Amino acid sequence: MTGLAGTQRSGSADFVRLEPGFIDPVHDAQACFRMVLDAMAHPGHVALLRVSLAGLPSAPLGHASMSIALTLCDIDTPIWLDAASAEATDYLTFHCGGPFASEPDQARFAFVGNPAALPPLDMFALGSDEYPERSATLVIEVSGLVNGSGMLLRGPGIREATRLAVTGLPTRFWDERAALAELFPRGLDILFVCGDKLAALPRSTRFEF
Amino acid sequence: MAENCEIFLTRRQWLVALAKARVEELETAWGELADKPNYRLLRPAEAGLVMVRGRIGGTGKPFNVGEMTMTRAAIQLIDATGQARCTGFGHVAGRSARHAELVALFDALLQDPRRHDALATTLVAPLVARQHAAKSANAAKAMTSKVDFYTMVRGE
Repeated sequence: MTGLAGTQRSGSADFVRLEPGFIDPVHDAQACFRMVLDAMAHPGHVALLRVSLAGLPSAPLGHASMSIALTLCDIDTPIWLDAASAEATDYLTFHCGGPFASEPDQARFAFVGNPAALPPLDMFALGSDEYPERSATLVIEVSGLVNGSGMLLRGPGIREATRLAVTGLPTRFWDERAALAELFPRGLDILFVCGDKLAALPRSTRFEF
Repeated sequence: MAENCEIFLTRRQWLVALAKARVEELETAWGELADKPNYRLLRPAEAGLVMVRGRIGGTGKPFNVGEMTMTRAAIQLIDATGQARCTGFGHVAGRSARHAELVALFDALLQDPRRHDALATTLVAPLVARQHAAKSANAAKAMTSKVDFYTMVRGE
């Protein structure tokens, strides 16, 4: 799997090309943390991430994925970027100081700019039965996120059921996600982002078509 | 860049001088700067802790002396077309956000060949001279209490 290995990064970052991060780092990160927490507590609910970034790296990773990275990633969380998101490397190195994982299974956070080339989900760290929290959180940049149609989601944090339509995912994604559900409490927590929209699909959520 | 300068200063030298300067000195220099550049904060000033290490043991091995508070900032100069040009970094001891920002600003300006010579002469050179004089005066004061143990023979 071709991830963005540490060796591929340039030795000296080109600082002039760097964009600034949060305008008000402490409060923006707190606000973003609360919104991610709310999204995880209410799976399938599409929320707007109302925090302001002064600058972004080039596409495909957008406003929400970079806000999540600046909020949650630091020196202790290896990051994996898919090949399409290579432009974000210097930005994340500068603002998060995080190490980069060369393989998906070494990453705590994985950012996927091109969901069509998403690696099979079981290639990411799924945790162990003793330590299920030692798993990866996936942040996937999708082309559309809408409530009220699409997948029927059930599980903790959802009253009865809710509907979430995610566009831009390969069809195999849902089969792979269904296979992971049997491994609970091991599994992957997934955040779908689209521009400044955010919706969560934690490992505890069940879905049907 | 640096080869064309009348006063040869390495970046390390000017960063040391700026970081050790008093914030009022830098504030005055910034206030007196004729054509102030546009700039943006690449990293707003943030305070943190750094571990200070030194060789203070008898064997010369590195030793964690302790943690100290440090503030850092990074700025980018913006040219007339709105493009970022030079990036400056400031790291200062203590919690003065403004000091870190000013160090970063002057660091960026000193990297600009058109501004380097003027700033090196009017700002950095006097700072270095003042800091050197203060250090010498302090050392001279300490020297008055130095004792030479001529008669002591170490039992080796």
